Amino acid sequence: MRRSNPLTPPVCSFCVTFGERMRYPIFRQALCLLLLCLALLLPISTLQAAWEEQQAEILLGSDSEARITLLRQWLANGEPFAEPLYKALAEDALLIGNRRPLRKQDGQLFDLLGNQPLPEQELAVTAVTINNRLRREVQSGLALLRLFDADRGVRLAAANALQSKATLIMLPVLERALQQEKDAQIAENLRLALALAMLGSSDSQLRRQAVLVLAESATPTTKTTLNRLLLPGAETDREVVRQAEIALEKVNRRLLFGEALASLFSGISLGSILLLTALGLAITYGVMGILNMAHGEMLMIGAYTTYAVQNLFRSHFPQLLDGYLFAAIPAAFLTAAVVGILLERSVIRWLYGRPLETLLATWGLSLILIQTVRLLFGAQNVEVANPSWMSGGVTLLPGVVLPWNRIVITFLALAVLALTWSLLNRTRLGLFVRAVTQNRSMAGCVGVPTSRIDSLAFALGSGIAGLGGVAISQVANVGPDMGQGYIVDSFLVVVLGGVGQLAGAVWAALGLGITGKVLEGWVGAVIAKIILLVFIIIFIQRRPQGLFVLKGRQSES
Amino acid sequence: MDSHSSALPPEKQPLLSPLAWKGVGLYAILCLLVVPLLHLLLDAHSPWHISAYFINLGGKILCYAIVAVALDLIWGYAGILSLGHGLFFALGGYAFGMYLMRSIGRDGVYHADLPDFMVFLNWKELPWYWTGSDHFFLSVLLVLLIPGLLAFVFGYFAFRSRIKGVYFSIITQALTYAFMLLFFRNETGFGGNNGFTDFKRLLGMSITTPEMRVTLFVLSALTLLAALLLCRWMITRKFGRILTAIRDAESRVMFIGYQPLWYKLTAWTLSALLAAIAGALYVPQVGIINPSEMSPANSIEIAIWVAVGGRASLIGPVLGAITVNLAKSWFTVSFPEYWLFFLGLLFVTVTLWLPGGLISLLSRLRKGES
Repeated sequence: MRRSNPLTPPVCSFCVTFGERMRYPIFRQALCLLLLCLALLLPISTLQAAWEEQQAEILLGSDSEARITLLRQWLANGEPFAEPLYKALAEDALLIGNRRPLRKQDGQLFDLLGNQPLPEQELAVTAVTINNRLRREVQSGLALLRLFDADRGVRLAAANALQSKATLIMLPVLERALQQEKDAQIAENLRLALALAMLGSSDSQLRRQAVLVLAESATPTTKTTLNRLLLPGAETDREVVRQAEIALEKVNRRLLFGEALASLFSGISLGSILLLTALGLAITYGVMGILNMAHGEMLMIGAYTTYAVQNLFRSHFPQLLDGYLFAAIPAAFLTAAVVGILLERSVIRWLYGRPLETLLATWGLSLILIQTVRLLFGAQNVEVANPSWMSGGVTLLPGVVLPWNRIVITFLALAVLALTWSLLNRTRLGLFVRAVTQNRSMAGCVGVPTSRIDSLAFALGSGIAGLGGVAISQVANVGPDMGQGYIVDSFLVVVLGGVGQLAGAVWAALGLGITGKVLEGWVGAVIAKIILLVFIIIFIQRRPQGLFVLKGRQSES
Repeated sequence: MDSHSSALPPEKQPLLSPLAWKGVGLYAILCLLVVPLLHLLLDAHSPWHISAYFINLGGKILCYAIVAVALDLIWGYAGILSLGHGLFFALGGYAFGMYLMRSIGRDGVYHADLPDFMVFLNWKELPWYWTGSDHFFLSVLLVLLIPGLLAFVFGYFAFRSRIKGVYFSIITQALTYAFMLLFFRNETGFGGNNGFTDFKRLLGMSITTPEMRVTLFVLSALTLLAALLLCRWMITRKFGRILTAIRDAESRVMFIGYQPLWYKLTAWTLSALLAAIAGALYVPQVGIINPSEMSPANSIEIAIWVAVGGRASLIGPVLGAITVNLAKSWFTVSFPEYWLFFLGLLFVTVTLWLPGGLISLLSRLRKGES
């Protein structure tokens, strides 16, 4: 039977964590001493521990106050039988027999102290009944017990939940959990929960310490907590209020920084999708001077190819499922490129020199493609799952997580950009493509096979869009009309960036992506889009050719 | 650029050829006398009776035909393909829809003074931009003013910096897309997703009576005729000749000393106004207006009516609007899955094999006969 006060070590270790933030050792020691005294004074700490046979009477009795005190005491002491006992209570399965706690399961009685089945024998048992007040107590106790779970995820979730729920009576349990915790992230959450619990204390010294801890965090929960503390009448101690004000300012600044970082990043990832879409468009528009309205459908085809490859892996190579993306990338490129060549050879080729008609014809083609896919795969969105290595993300700050899938597509976009750039600038094909872009008839005169270059450029542009489809399938919905949502944006990228140079498309895509996301956080998605549109219209007033003008001798047609 | 400049038309063209005048007469007799009388006077069981469904469908298609003529004026004669005419159509519809919403009065679901959707959003009073929406004449003025002003301002900036060709098309498409998003929001104050519907009366009269139906139909028919004659008048004058010249060689027109901006802007604004009027006539006939009218797909469909009928012919787009929409209402009932295939093929075949549209087919037939 343990009689020593188990609270002492956790309080000290807790003080050490504080002490790291304090400059003067003497102060640290004084604080440790103070907290120790406080802990001894807390009502909980004065209670006794472990199972004593006369406690069975209290548990069976009707004095809620006494029962709750008993339960809290077991919890605070970390009795090994606390968890099974709480669970049994929550399920109304707790019995007392022979003054020992028992649990009934599948007709068999278990002794909770030894956690073993009892031999078959006649035993007078009495069920422990609980009222609502006790049930709430049991529920919050179970939440605390999850802090000691073997699974890291369960502990993290529990610590997270407690950040906004912790109360003073949880203090001892939280301290014990913090002492045992090895994981830095969970420990950080626990410290915040602990601070919140300490705010409920009647001692202003303790509350001041709590505010100091909160000041170092950057979660929205902390902000709410501090705001509540600063409500008129909520806090009487001037010093605590002053500290809380400083803390709130710190937390706010950190939160703002985190938000800015998050929207910058999602802007970059949106920009990289726009880039993948607009790159292809810029090539086809640059070479042939036509806008392909079916370009968005190439994205859709790329995404559906990803879906098909994923299903193929699922049914034939389930052990390689995580690698399906690597097969989907070439497959999507090829499928979209082949569809692109087919469209170019069958329809677009015959419309050269009539850009407006091409616009309409390719719109018709996009309708046909959408309806074909709808008939083949159904009108509903299909499910493309991230490979398991892409789930989760990198935590930059608490609350600012960069998801892996967005990081991967950003790098995919960069890789495609690099490949396209070297293809256009380092190969013979690229030379021809640039020649046709600059001056079609002159290129033809010096022997560039312009019509074959057209087909190849169209295939390249469509293929890149197919890769864009792979990227989108990892972050957004895949459905028959998904391409339509991106087409207007990517045209704007081309219009903004100017024709014939990759740099224009890159800057325009990133610019539109980041500005769009930043504005979105500020005024909402719709107004952001409208502002961007107005901006582009004004921009074209100043520079009708886009950001980057291709230098060369051309007369306006 | 598009080049449909065959031989130049003679210096002074008559407004309409004798044959066309006959056509106008026939159209007037049919739409202003025969159809209304067949609907109003005949008993519903008579084989000659025209049902309410067809009057509504007819009125709707006539409105579409007005938009098609409007687009032909700007696309066929000025070479400017707008992919945003659905926006002006819908804005006209919304402007008139506001009046219709207000004249529901207290007969809505909530029996409140405010339109139902505002009660639903827990708004206490009309937003400022709804001021005057309960006056019929003010609303008619709004129908013209709002889309006209938008078209003028947008056109001024676009044409001043000489945005044209596909660039212009894309910008107009983005414009209508942005407006669609704006109108989808509940906070914009135009009913969000659901738009305006459940209209009860117009000028104090019930909107569902056969008389009202026929009146609206006749009004649409008359507007179409007026739009056709107005456009025809404009393009047979000097204005029209300069407009076509700008379409074919803008730089040359500038070198001669004309300022293309104002010619384009006039045609563009007039075209938007016609589309807005069509929208205002359309809303009471179909009984609903919502933001999906502003979707880019709708605006492109207008272009295909014009292309199917035949550009730069004015009467062609009317023909196109009627054919395509009749086909649409037949397809969507009989083979709903294949409508998009048909529409897509229509886009491709017309641009590939029939650039002159149906009207060129007709004139080819006439030449073959003579």
